[in-house]
Amino acid sequence: MGNILNQIGIENYIFLCVVLFCIGIFGVLYRRNAIIVFMSIEIMLNAVNLLFVAFSTYHQDAQGQVFVFFSMAVAAAEVAVGLAILVSIFRNLGSISIDNLKNLKG
Amino acid sequence: MIHIPDFAHATTVQVLFCFLAFITVITAFLTIFSRNPIHSAIYLVICFFSIAGHYLLLNAQFLAIVHIIVYSGAIMILFLFTIMLMNLNERHQVHRPRITRLGAIVSFCLIVIVLITIFINSKPIVGDYDSTGEDFQSIKVLGKILLNEYMVPFEFASILLLVAMIGTVLLSKKEKLNK
Repeated sequence: MGNILNQIGIENYIFLCVVLFCIGIFGVLYRRNAIIVFMSIEIMLNAVNLLFVAFSTYHQDAQGQVFVFFSMAVAAAEVAVGLAILVSIFRNLGSISIDNLKNLKG
Repeated sequence: MIHIPDFAHATTVQVLFCFLAFITVITAFLTIFSRNPIHSAIYLVICFFSIAGHYLLLNAQFLAIVHIIVYSGAIMILFLFTIMLMNLNERHQVHRPRITRLGAIVSFCLIVIVLITIFINSKPIVGDYDSTGEDFQSIKVLGKILLNEYMVPFEFASILLLVAMIGTVLLSKKEKLNK
């Protein structure tokens, strides 16, 4: 069983992950709906996870994959808390447009 | 410099990689551009499944299964329930002024160009990748590493999840108005 990267190449994974990460940044900048902004953050986290796994195969080492597990646990916690905050914002303001959240502005 | 796969002699793995990468990028874009949040969530599920396909391609089976369970299962159900709870649809859609959208598009193009140029010029090692042949990513090996070397972070992850659960319940509880 040879290394899969002999056929694909690590740089293709790097390019894919860069494009995916930039799509996430683009979503955060482009959309105003707070839920879509959250989804964009998830896309960014997944791009980084994919790069972790690709480099774990590159080095033939399992530590990258262990790191992905922790990052998944943190992502799950982050989404739960963030959506709870969004629900309470929606209850108070009646919309989830991020432009309404100006209360902390000085 | 860039190792572009030869499409005339592409192997099955290369075709599979290109197909999965195409699906990943297209559905990620559709997630951002679709006007209905429910459609965004559905496209995001497809995107997560294609990323699980990438994990399978890299022979990380356990990670692919965990990814499907956690992301496509738990997180997307959470998103869909929140969208349904708020009863969001296109009428809640508000648009940014045109100059902000233009700024977002220009900055996206600039970031992509700069990062890809950096990675092209950094000359990654192309050619033979060593495969030691030893098993490094089966469930058995991963479990041993997770519970020997990474014992303490593993326990801290459980504390993190507990705290997140308590925080979520407290945040989403309806406060009684007793003023």
